[in-house]
Amino acid sequence: MSLTVIVQIALVFVVFTALLLSAAAAVYAERKVAASIQQREGPNRVGPGGLLQPFADVIKLMFKESLRPAGADRFLFVAAPVISAAAAFAAFAVVPFGASTTLFGLLDEPVRLQVADVNVAVLVVFAIASMSVYGIVLAGWSSNSKYSLLGALRSASQMISYELSYGLSLASVLLLGNSLSLTEIVNAQAGTWFGIIPKWFVVLQPVGFLVYGISGIAETNRAPFDFPEAEQELVAGYHTEYSGMPFGMFFLAEYINMVTVSAVATNLFLGGWHGPLLPESLGWIWFLLKVAALMFVYIWIRWTLPRYRYDQLMQFGWKVLLPVAVLNLLVTAAGVVYFGA
Amino acid sequence: MQAAFYLAGAVAVASTALMVTRLNVVHALLYLVLSLIAVAVAFFALGAPLVGALELIVYAGAIMVLFVFVVMMLNLGDEASEQERRWLAPGIWRLPLALGAVLLGGAVALVLPGDEAGAVQPVAPKEVAVSLFGPYAIGVELASMLLLAGLAGAYHLGWQRRARQPEEEVRDGLDTAGARPAAGRGAVRPGPRRPPRAA
Repeated sequence: MSLTVIVQIALVFVVFTALLLSAAAAVYAERKVAASIQQREGPNRVGPGGLLQPFADVIKLMFKESLRPAGADRFLFVAAPVISAAAAFAAFAVVPFGASTTLFGLLDEPVRLQVADVNVAVLVVFAIASMSVYGIVLAGWSSNSKYSLLGALRSASQMISYELSYGLSLASVLLLGNSLSLTEIVNAQAGTWFGIIPKWFVVLQPVGFLVYGISGIAETNRAPFDFPEAEQELVAGYHTEYSGMPFGMFFLAEYINMVTVSAVATNLFLGGWHGPLLPESLGWIWFLLKVAALMFVYIWIRWTLPRYRYDQLMQFGWKVLLPVAVLNLLVTAAGVVYFGA
Repeated sequence: MQAAFYLAGAVAVASTALMVTRLNVVHALLYLVLSLIAVAVAFFALGAPLVGALELIVYAGAIMVLFVFVVMMLNLGDEASEQERRWLAPGIWRLPLALGAVLLGGAVALVLPGDEAGAVQPVAPKEVAVSLFGPYAIGVELASMLLLAGLAGAYHLGWQRRARQPEEEVRDGLDTAGARPAAGRGAVRPGPRRPPRAA
């Protein structure tokens, strides 16, 4: 077995662990940011500044009994959180997070900082994201509970509605990047205009970025689009009947989905690992910084905006966001044809 | 890649068979989803990642979610399973099995002679697009016209429903107070089974 293969297997473990840790970090950040927005302290008991709080939470979840309602569908009730978590992890597999590296000359041929290099990476991310709805829908149905079922139905209709504008905003970037591979799209954003403005697609696609961001929030069921788990109306929506680690898996999936949406946004719109000052081999630091910034915006939005009404969500999705996304795609296509970019 | 293709094919066939024989509609739908995912994997193994991804997005992702959505909303429960059990009598299998055997024979005859199909030749998305919007442009246009007609039709139906809405809203408001549960059929019945009756 050559060294390259070993490094690639190690990469899988690194990405897996990093995703787990990023979920923990995101939970901590969420609680700290929420606290400071609400003028509270936030977690501050476990570890310095409450840093170990997420680990304490995970240990608590592991040792809690996981209950199953008497009328639940036995197999699907157990399978649903697994589907959710697996889909969340799988989507990140095709996301590149750094330039090719030889690990400071250790390897003969450069390794891509990406678990799987698929030439239709964007579509694969999109496909796996559309699979993740099954976890939620099955959880809601198999729980044998009104609130869970209503949460699941809402989730399904919300995801179907926002998937369209999500896909269309992706398509406009694909036109600019002239490729379906995330690596090539990132590399198309290298360099600057006039020496100062970075060649990021967000400059050419501000509307696309906005549409992507909004439908990304809706796809991950975050506030202000968190209807599937609107606690005032549905107790906790699709995961009402879940406890212990199965609940933990839904929780994990939600945060990893946020990380994936932010990472894909970074690659599509914010130039991926390209940035000033740092050499190409340390580009992953830029990548992490950009993802962290997007995650902060995610959290910021949740604790600032109230939830919409359900009919407002549907009206907005179909009557505003979708036409805007279609128009944006048409204008982009016309621009690409006209300027021959 | 060969092994992956045959594995995916086997999963597709098995899950489709299970889909047909399930009594619970939601379980049947899930096997159908699994079968579609297996077909997508087969496409990936054959070097057609674009078609595989589209299979996932369009069929497994969008269309099947709609199916699951409707089935869950109707939430048929035990009665439907019972009816399904009666319908799946052994005698009913004869004709479909015979027709399936004919198809299988055709497929075997196609595969048997040469093994030129064995070579994996990746097809880039661009080539698919070029042939779609080149020689087959008329087909794409016809399909889009058909879809537009469907869209206009759905819009028309939705519009008529909207005009009557206020009246229905009032009726539903009265209904949920007692009439509908009394009729023994709530608008939404949660879960795979009815809740256990109190002893």
